[in-house]
Amino acid sequence: MTQPLLDIRNLSVGFVRDGMTHLAVQAVSLSVGRGEIVGLVGESGCGKSLTAKAVMGLIGRKPGQVAGGDIRFEGRNLLEATDREIQALRGHRIAMIFQDPMTSLNPVFTIGNQIAEVPRIHEGAPANEAWATAVSALEQVGIAEASTRARQVPFEFSGGMRQRAVIAMGLAGHPDLLLADEPTTALDVTVQAQILDLLKQLRDRTGCGILLITHDLGVVAETCDRVAVMYAGRIVEEASVKELFARPRHPYTDGLFRAVPTLERTGRLEPIPGQPPDLDSIPAQGCPFRDRCPLAESQCADTMPPLVGCNNHRVACWKREVGS
Amino acid sequence: MRAFTWSMVMANRLALTGGLILAFFAVAALFAPWLAPRDPYEIVPASMLATPGAEHWLGADQLGRDLFSRMMYGARISFHVGLVAVGIALTAGTLLGVAAGYLGGWVDAVISRIVDTLFSIPDILLALAVMAVLGPDLTNVMLAIGIVYTPIFARIARGSTLEVKQRLFIEAARSIGSTHATIVFRHILPAISAPLMIQASLSFAFAILAEAALSFLGFGVEPDTPSWGILLNQGKDLMDRAWWLAVFPGLAITLAVFSFNVVGDGLRDALDPRVVKGT
Repeated sequence: MTQPLLDIRNLSVGFVRDGMTHLAVQAVSLSVGRGEIVGLVGESGCGKSLTAKAVMGLIGRKPGQVAGGDIRFEGRNLLEATDREIQALRGHRIAMIFQDPMTSLNPVFTIGNQIAEVPRIHEGAPANEAWATAVSALEQVGIAEASTRARQVPFEFSGGMRQRAVIAMGLAGHPDLLLADEPTTALDVTVQAQILDLLKQLRDRTGCGILLITHDLGVVAETCDRVAVMYAGRIVEEASVKELFARPRHPYTDGLFRAVPTLERTGRLEPIPGQPPDLDSIPAQGCPFRDRCPLAESQCADTMPPLVGCNNHRVACWKREVGS
Repeated sequence: MRAFTWSMVMANRLALTGGLILAFFAVAALFAPWLAPRDPYEIVPASMLATPGAEHWLGADQLGRDLFSRMMYGARISFHVGLVAVGIALTAGTLLGVAAGYLGGWVDAVISRIVDTLFSIPDILLALAVMAVLGPDLTNVMLAIGIVYTPIFARIARGSTLEVKQRLFIEAARSIGSTHATIVFRHILPAISAPLMIQASLSFAFAILAEAALSFLGFGVEPDTPSWGILLNQGKDLMDRAWWLAVFPGLAITLAVFSFNVVGDGLRDALDPRVVKGT
């Protein structure tokens, strides 16, 4: 098997509070290949964004810190790279698209200026070339009259256009890996569809790998090739999108699907009982989902089930092993 | 955006008045050599303690020197001191504050403790101590006042930096590979400039007062120099015989301080989003 573009192994990220380390991401292993769109789904606070930020090297300062594991980008461990090396990768080889386009652009600079920053930093491009790159990046994300629009400041852009501008900023460095942290959450459905289309086109055109973080299973179905489901800081199930949607194995994934309204199903939706655990109340041992799980047994309280299965489908559950 | 703020300053009558007074002082200071009716050092025995009138608009001192001309030259010194002292305080304070806020950790701890220490010493006492070490001289006055006002700017810069640092666009800038220098100069400094400018306008008033106070106490510039503080100091001795020698310099200081204050308030109303408009 060829080397994946991004290979996260056993990553743990913790917060130190009152002298205790609380792990918000625990032993997460995940890979993204070239030309692949991998979805990372889970509820708010389950550690999705934190995983992405760890890849970007955006955490590491207190209070959040990487507590263990490896993050390999093209085989190179990012956690051992120097600040300077990481800085050279950020925006250039690895880009991140943030969730909230309203606040991730600096309100006092023009859009073009902010996008042009990328080629200026990484290619040392002169001002006019950097500007041309910025305009073409805006064109690529489908902004009409890009050269005029580039001269505007963020408040003159609509929400959907700002999100496009943020994506354009990600594209300007021609990254090999794009981390998209809920890129469509702040947008309405039609714009959302356009943005997702844009990501897919981008993947087809440049062959980059995309890690798409979302809490929306619809987005996953539409966009991703493979998907990992996170719960309380752990990956509980990972499969190709077709496989996962056809045969969800983990009781949590199952519960998520039951809670999605469909055209065929009538009547009340079935919520998953209870609440996801807080950071400081994640059980130290055993399966974190056991308190809400209809299948839980005594074994579930003792040991965390490993993520096992074949390449196409892996699940971390004692009761629902793949093939059982 | 600039026109927008300007129109808001215009809407504030008081700030506008202050601005006009300051403009008047600034013109007087800048063009004193051409505009002053007389040489400020020229001794005219016939005009000794002349009352304000056609000959000497604001009267003359015990050596017959024209008070109006001396005050015009005094505006030069007072504004010069204010400008340089505030410049020193603004630069040093911003540097320290941004370093503390942005870097955090032990850098923040060290800088914050130094700033706290400086804060705990009364302003004029600190200035006097600095002057005692450096010796009386115009440059030293500016330096002393600059040091005294540095902690205020440091504290404002630190607080604003801490707030701005958390905004998502800073994280976004880091994620496109911006260096720390780029982030500080392009993103943080512009974002924290408004509160610093407001404080600068207020400190300007205090700096003029501080110069006056230091000169008044005899720690300031050479007694021969016609700074507003010295004029006031020397005038007070003749209050019973020549009230104008103390009243007019005092009035000029009061007006300048008042003007800087209302302009500072006006700037705050225009620039600070937290102030509700119309109050």
